Amino acid sequence: MEKFLSHTGTAVILPLDNIDTDQIMPKQFLKRIERSGFGQFLFYDWRFNEDGTPKPDFPLNQLKNDGATVLVAGANFGCGSSREHAPWGLADYGFKAIIAESFADIFSGNSYKIGLLPIALEKAQIELLISKIEGRRPVLSIDLEAQRISSENGSEAAFDLDPFAKHCIMNGLDEIGLSLENENEISSYEAAMKNGFAV
Amino acid sequence: MSKSARTLYDKIWDAHVVPTTGNGPSLVYIDLHLIHEVTSPQAFEGLRLQNRKVRRPDLTFGTVDHAIPTIGRNLPFNDPIAAKQVETLRENTARNSIEFHDLDSAKQGIIHVIAPESGRILPGMTIVCGDSHTSTHGAFGALAFGIGTSEVEHVLATQTLRLSKSSNYRIKLVGRLPRHVSPKDMALGIINRIGTAGGTGHVIEYAGEAVESLSMEGRMTLCNLSIEAGARAGMIAPDSVTFEYLREKLRISNERDWERMVERWMTLATEPDAVFERESVFDVAGFAPMITWGTSPSMSVSVSDPLPELPDDSAVAASYEKAYRYMGLEPGQKLGDIAVDRVFIGSCTNGRIEDLRAAAEVVKGKCVAGNVSAMVVPGSMPVKRMAEEEGLAEIFIDAGFEWRDAGCSMCLGMNEDILSPGERCASTSNRNFEGRQGRGGRTHLVSPQMAAAAAIAGKFVDIREF
Repeated sequence: MEKFLSHTGTAVILPLDNIDTDQIMPKQFLKRIERSGFGQFLFYDWRFNEDGTPKPDFPLNQLKNDGATVLVAGANFGCGSSREHAPWGLADYGFKAIIAESFADIFSGNSYKIGLLPIALEKAQIELLISKIEGRRPVLSIDLEAQRISSENGSEAAFDLDPFAKHCIMNGLDEIGLSLENENEISSYEAAMKNGFAV
Repeated sequence: MSKSARTLYDKIWDAHVVPTTGNGPSLVYIDLHLIHEVTSPQAFEGLRLQNRKVRRPDLTFGTVDHAIPTIGRNLPFNDPIAAKQVETLRENTARNSIEFHDLDSAKQGIIHVIAPESGRILPGMTIVCGDSHTSTHGAFGALAFGIGTSEVEHVLATQTLRLSKSSNYRIKLVGRLPRHVSPKDMALGIINRIGTAGGTGHVIEYAGEAVESLSMEGRMTLCNLSIEAGARAGMIAPDSVTFEYLREKLRISNERDWERMVERWMTLATEPDAVFERESVFDVAGFAPMITWGTSPSMSVSVSDPLPELPDDSAVAASYEKAYRYMGLEPGQKLGDIAVDRVFIGSCTNGRIEDLRAAAEVVKGKCVAGNVSAMVVPGSMPVKRMAEEEGLAEIFIDAGFEWRDAGCSMCLGMNEDILSPGERCASTSNRNFEGRQGRGGRTHLVSPQMAAAAAIAGKFVDIREF
């Protein structure tokens, strides 16, 4: 995983609650055995017509949102299926962070693991951060160390971040490698458990 | 470890935390890791790239279920990408000495159906799978939850996960479930009341007499749908129903061994003074057969009620409008007037033998309506065989249902079992998201009885009056 200390970019807004992972990464793309290349399928059924032409109304297809790296959505983002293909698609498309009113548990866990930052904020805070400046969406700056987002429009917000996830993301750590350092403890646990579980 | 009164979840959690000196989330030991073709290939690839090995192949168990055909299995796959995915799991399990039930195995089936039916799920265990409906196994008083592929890789390599503990949420279900109201209706009723994020950050323990009176399969249906309420897991304390089920599966001949196991399982129950961060109580006597009308499992109505008006909250109203538009429905309509095109009976939610029995009872001696194409996809090959032996298959086939081989099938439409755009389906599956069963397809989640009745009538009917 790459180190992620800060990020500056523009936001694209999908003003919907309960955006499920079936929408983020439809099932027809889950048959691939690779971990990369999922960005082209992101929000596929919302983004493209059946003949594969882009739907002009969908925010990701609009010129003004070109190059956006922060996705802003409503409550319970990423609900439903546990498919990590959803965060893979978001990251591969170029998103670094998702700002939403809340996230589904499995989705936020999966996102942390690949260095895609799920940031939960109150609706009013989100609205302030993205309120327009000179008729356009403001640039957002995310500082992981300080756990703050600042907007070009002058507003700011602090966000919660699981300390361990923060440590891993900021240092680009391989979590499995870290856990393998606990090999002795895991082996001791297994030895103790041989006679059944300990309640 | 807390000395105060503990919940079922607390006890399983405490027993599985590997003591370490480090800071950060707990290192939680996993007793059973279920794998399937869709969420595992990248995990095995990750291990290979790092030159890591599967730590406990003996605690890992796999099958193919998501993307496989449910018909013509002796033929080559029509879909080369799905074929490659299946082949990849075949290779990965063989190379790592992992027990694997392939397409031609008599024990193949949906992972959440075959794991319990083969006696692998026991009270007090921790169970994970790269699939959100792993919550099913909480029915045994186990802690079972879905994970992503990075976590699948973590479990393969270490047999542990780094986890932060969720909060305790008890849902007490009191009263007596009315006739024709199934565990599926109970779950949809709960999700309708608490919402699809109602359980976020929590592990739900279902308790109360209405839960105690459910069979193991009914409990699996209830726990299966915990994820649709956003919960990390759902669980039910093991009791005499659990023990009876396991006794038959495990065939332990030594009476003393068996008693010792039961004694230990009995200690798992939540203590009377244990504290739940959140608690809800519902009287199921007021529950009714449910139908979802929208594109989220919480968008449901009792079969006899009109579809809801748009709420005052503008954000919610917008999501209702979007759902109504997608589903081709309007507020105030009654679903009883709506014709269905397809009926799907199956899935990890409702693909077990009791589900097929309930559906067959409705179907017996009747015929599928001319406007409907209906299929039954048993949850596993053992379920299929059992249904054939009991004469259920004959009932379905005589009525005009297709009778398929086991798999996830039209629950998520990764294989060829999909809806065409605009088709309306009465489905016993678990998600009615846009496009879930096929792009433009309109899914209505119902119980097996309600799905069977819709197949016969050609439209939604109230099973209580059928």
